[in-house]
Amino acid sequence: MKVAVITFPGSNCDHDCYKALKLFPEFEPRFVWHAASTLDSVDAVFLPGGFAHGDYLRAGAIARFSPIMDAVHAFATAGGPVVGICNGFQVLCESGLLPGALLRNDTLRFRSHDVHIRVETSRTRFTSAYEKGRILRIPIAHGEGNYHADAETLAELEGEDRVVFRYVTPTGGLGEGSNPNGSAHNIAGIVNAARNVLGMMPHPERAVEPLLGSTDGRGLFESLSAHLSSVPA
Amino acid sequence: MSHFHVEVRIKPRAGLLDPEGKAIQHALDSLGFEGVDNVRVGKVVDLEVEAPSEKEAIDRATQMCRKLLANPVTEDFGITVSEPTSAGGSEA
Repeated sequence: MKVAVITFPGSNCDHDCYKALKLFPEFEPRFVWHAASTLDSVDAVFLPGGFAHGDYLRAGAIARFSPIMDAVHAFATAGGPVVGICNGFQVLCESGLLPGALLRNDTLRFRSHDVHIRVETSRTRFTSAYEKGRILRIPIAHGEGNYHADAETLAELEGEDRVVFRYVTPTGGLGEGSNPNGSAHNIAGIVNAARNVLGMMPHPERAVEPLLGSTDGRGLFESLSAHLSSVPA
Repeated sequence: MSHFHVEVRIKPRAGLLDPEGKAIQHALDSLGFEGVDNVRVGKVVDLEVEAPSEKEAIDRATQMCRKLLANPVTEDFGITVSEPTSAGGSEA
């Protein structure tokens, strides 16, 4: 299973993604520079975290016009699995592959710590290995993770079971202290209508080994692996 | 062709929470500036645009806003074009 990890100028989680993928022998990750125009024959694409193009103008606003994004767009439109983590989520929103936008955290602070998120649906190729309702402890590290969308879009996301992860308290509540950045509906991750493009602010690739303090992110890679082994090559 | 000075002003959509504006309002309040409300923080992009007419310069700046400079989900934009700073090239 060939997996492209896109490196933009300013990406800084591309190696984390690569190493997390490498833990699973079935994945063959490869870095793809943002200036490349083709993905060749890959089975999945990761847009990693970081500060692509310095986050100038708006996070992800310039990265979405990187030459590789045409290929990513075509890959996603054809149904290929795409995962955007943190800055990658911001790029996916800016590019229109996912609805909404990520605003400045309502605390105005860069938040870098573990959070608890609840798996809201296992009906995606990224979460099938998790039980719905499971609470994961996974790090966040962002200044602009405050998910915003208009009321109509939020209703659509909720109605179509497209909210994949929600920030919760350690016991799974939505009350005080659950939401680290002001996100609407406590949204931490969503999929597109076709359910093949995932964007999430927390970092599953930083929660894949006991040494990292949590292995709760492994399920995402296991889900993707199960999905890719079930589709004909 | 003339050179136009274009000023693009981008600000958060009305009704959208602007935590930065809120923090500044709070700071102004604690400095004793009373009666200040609705502080919103945006950005200004200055451009020099070459275009045959002022209308064309505005049209091009509008396209730039729609495509890149502003995010239609969260931001509104305004455009001001000032008189040509100099006449470039030869007259047709």
